[in-house]
Amino acid sequence: MTTAFPSSPAAPSSAAAGRASAGPWRTAGRVLLRNRGAMASLAVLALVGVACLLAPVYARDVAHTDPFTSNVAGTVMLDGRQLDIMQPNDNPLHLGLSPIGPTWRVPAYPLGADSQGRDVAARLLYGGRNSLLIAFSAAALCIVVAAGVGIVAGYAGGVVDAVLSRMMDIMWAVPVYLFAISLSIVTVSQGLRIGPFTVASDNLLIPICIIALVYVPYAARPVRGRVMALRRSEFVTAARGLGVPGHRIVLRDILPNVTGTLVVLAPLMTALALMAESALSFLSIGVQAPAASWGTIIQDGEGLIYTRPMVAVAPGLAIIVVVLALNILGDGMRDALDVRDGDRGRG
Amino acid sequence: MAMAILRRLGQTLFVLFGISVLVFLVFFATPGADPTARIAGRNASPQTIARVRVEYGFDRPLPVQYVRMMEKLFVTRDLTSYVNRGEKVVPEVFQAAPVTVSLVTGAAAIWVLAAVAMGTLAAALRGTWVDRGLMMLGLVGISIPVFWLGQVANLLTQSRYHDSWLFSWVPGLGYVPFTQDPLGWFRALVIPWITLAVLFVGIYSRVLRADLVAVRGEDFMRTARAKGLSPARVLLFHGLRTSMITFVSLFGLDFAQLVGGGALLTEVVFGLQGVGRLTYQALGNLDLPLIMATVMYSAVFVVIANAVVDMLYLLLDPRVRDGRA
Repeated sequence: MTTAFPSSPAAPSSAAAGRASAGPWRTAGRVLLRNRGAMASLAVLALVGVACLLAPVYARDVAHTDPFTSNVAGTVMLDGRQLDIMQPNDNPLHLGLSPIGPTWRVPAYPLGADSQGRDVAARLLYGGRNSLLIAFSAAALCIVVAAGVGIVAGYAGGVVDAVLSRMMDIMWAVPVYLFAISLSIVTVSQGLRIGPFTVASDNLLIPICIIALVYVPYAARPVRGRVMALRRSEFVTAARGLGVPGHRIVLRDILPNVTGTLVVLAPLMTALALMAESALSFLSIGVQAPAASWGTIIQDGEGLIYTRPMVAVAPGLAIIVVVLALNILGDGMRDALDVRDGDRGRG
Repeated sequence: MAMAILRRLGQTLFVLFGISVLVFLVFFATPGADPTARIAGRNASPQTIARVRVEYGFDRPLPVQYVRMMEKLFVTRDLTSYVNRGEKVVPEVFQAAPVTVSLVTGAAAIWVLAAVAMGTLAAALRGTWVDRGLMMLGLVGISIPVFWLGQVANLLTQSRYHDSWLFSWVPGLGYVPFTQDPLGWFRALVIPWITLAVLFVGIYSRVLRADLVAVRGEDFMRTARAKGLSPARVLLFHGLRTSMITFVSLFGLDFAQLVGGGALLTEVVFGLQGVGRLTYQALGNLDLPLIMATVMYSAVFVVIANAVVDMLYLLLDPRVRDGRA
């Protein structure tokens, strides 16, 4: 693990080590660069991210479609033929209409249309923006809050620690998804009013804050454990003995040594947040219509699962690819930074 | 020993109290609209709203409201839904519970067997392609959203391959009570069981493999090898037995969490009328009393189940029992 006390130049071993290795972060970076799985995952994540950022370009300039308005009366050109987007069913009597299936031809509805005749491919890209935005923001917010809670509890100890730890225990005892569902249903129905601020019910801040909040106990536990171990370490005792004030010890000695734990948590928390977001949106209490997320598109596809399975299958595959990449990256980062947190459970 | 159990009991009571306050606050003190309107449901008449206000004590301070609510939930159990007029909420939750327990128990059996097999095999063949392949498979399992997997399972077993020999035995979606038709119960639940188990097979096989690998270097493992036991015997009877401690405590937590609501998504996708689906339907029509009842009862169940697991743990593990660890 990294140590933050200023290494004395007189110590011969540390001088030698200083030449051999270029600091813990650079060493970890080098290990990570050699990890092919982690690098591939990073590439996949970057690719998905860029594709989703280009969603408006695809919708406006390539497919010429608006993925947020109903288009049941629309038509599409395929191989020089004009096709209706809502087509007669394949059943013998041709009763009812089904949206057009995957054509696998860009830009003519490559993944087909949903029940409102909207281009699934375009919605997939727009949905990815929301899903990824929520997942990354929720993970970042969660880790910041968890770091605060964990450091305060672990460093202060005593009553402060007891109160914070009990609060975390209580929060963690409520099944995560039920906790998130309860918070969502209360805020989604009416929005949120805190003093002069009003948060509309379709604001993405609501799912972001909810997902971050429910996972705080999960992320705070390893941080607290690490800080408690650090507090007993020699260099913190030495700093205390020198009369360094508490806030300085926390900022200069504790925080740099916890960063490893936090960085390793980041991809795993993002994966958990993405899963939670898609579940909430699937239950229609996450991202609100007409906006899309991968979870809402799976929900849209539920009614079409036997006739047009691609509507639900495609966003699911997107979730699997991103979560898998995040998990592989997380494993790689844990190996590279050599953070061992024995008793951490899972979500 | 007795002290330890008493202390654990005290902690449990404290957490129970804390949880009830937390859930209460989420539903009644979240800044925003009047909780009266939330309880009364959409488009409630002014008379209903006035009645709800008096009945729940929304004109009184928060602590009074809290006591009133807990009384309705746990003592008189007459919390009623305003969406489905007059429906008593608590009996409804208890009626749905057997479905959820059936679903989770079967899934648990599958995930324990599969995870022990996968984890042990991977640890025994450590470093080979079998190990890497199994662990990758586990990671994929962890990365699949369960509601999506359920839909794909439905697509394959109910539609695309339903007419082939492979899945022609799968009945339509829905639950069949065990007491009515044990075989039908089994056939209706196999696919949901497997779907729910996939995530946990992934988690548990990875945890078990890591534990088995970590335990290899321990003294007792060296002794077992030194006295000439076969590697398989050492792994199964010495390594696996020790590693099962983590496995079992993790299992207790997850099982309780699933019964207490974690299986919601699986129930929704497969149309199983359990506690989770009840919650889901309540979400659809904003039936707040029902959601509150399921959340509160689930949380209470989880806490009590955890306490029971912990106490069993105290009794079983000599190191914990004697206060050495």
